[in-house]
Amino acid sequence: MSKFKKKSDGGTPAISTASLPDIVFMLLFFFMVATVMRENSLKIKNSLPVANQVEKLDKKNPVSYIYMGKPSAGYEKFGTESRIQLNDQFAELSEVGAFIGAERAALREELIPFLTVALKVDKDANMGIVGDVKQELRKVNALKINYTTGVGDALNNIK
Amino acid sequence: MAKRSAPEVNAGSMADIAFLLLIFFLVTTTIEKDSGLNRKLPPMEEDVDPPIIKQRNIFTVLLNGKDQLLVEEELMEIKDLRAAAIEFLDNNGDGTCTYCKGPKNSSSSDNPDKAIISLKNDRETSYATYISVQNELVAAYNVLRNRRALEVGPQNGFTDMNFVEMQKNYKDARFVGNKTKLKEVINQIKVEFPQKLSEVQ
Repeated sequence: MSKFKKKSDGGTPAISTASLPDIVFMLLFFFMVATVMRENSLKIKNSLPVANQVEKLDKKNPVSYIYMGKPSAGYEKFGTESRIQLNDQFAELSEVGAFIGAERAALREELIPFLTVALKVDKDANMGIVGDVKQELRKVNALKINYTTGVGDALNNIK
Repeated sequence: MAKRSAPEVNAGSMADIAFLLLIFFLVTTTIEKDSGLNRKLPPMEEDVDPPIIKQRNIFTVLLNGKDQLLVEEELMEIKDLRAAAIEFLDNNGDGTCTYCKGPKNSSSSDNPDKAIISLKNDRETSYATYISVQNELVAAYNVLRNRRALEVGPQNGFTDMNFVEMQKNYKDARFVGNKTKLKEVINQIKVEFPQKLSEVQ
């Protein structure tokens, strides 16, 4: 045993990982706050077109969503034509009116005139189905609609 | 006897737990899109006699199944649509519109109140093109309304605020200023440049 112990020079000192939990927690909280749990799981392809004259959808008023697009992978048995999806399942055109009725029934009476129908339509869908849905909405007097789009230059939609 | 201090809890696995949660939220997060073009559908009416509208007050936009655009019987690219619509709306053919700056062409619209844009699409038109056209038409109205807002705003105490910003501020709860007055200005501009966009079924 030597009296003078040689100082061990183990190269660079280890980096302290004590602050790692803090960093991870910070990210965690960000994602927790930013997360919106999906209301419906989509069975259709739904990549929205973009537009730049958009207005924010007013979340203070009730919103109902109608999705349209081609059935996505795994649902090919429903065909390759664009279909309507209400809540969690494929629907026929004739069910749109009943769907709006059900959405209205779930609302407080004073909010019913403010119901907005957000149409989330895939950009590859054609206008035939959208026009039909619009006609159905007119029949049940749901006239406030919103074409949900991303934000971007609208001229990029056409390739 | 020496008092024994409580052993320290090892916090080394805290990072692991936090990572686990983080990855869960990363995977489940979908940032929902909540912006779009607001439109109002016309109500269903029993056969009402259509009002007689002069041909020059109608700006016809036709979209065919091949996504080609026909504006006032002429083929047009979508990028030119906005300028054409602005020229039509701002034309001021009968000279009653004091705030218009159009060329007063007698073969185009009388005034913004009478000018109607009529949009017709095929069943085969793609949705992406339709949205682009809608976007350009809304943009045309917004350009004119913004211009008007910059003229009207300063008289009412809203300087350097265009129409889109006015609407945004009106909805913003943190906006400091006279909201009732702002609403009046917004409504005035909406009356001066009404959005008359009709869709043919």
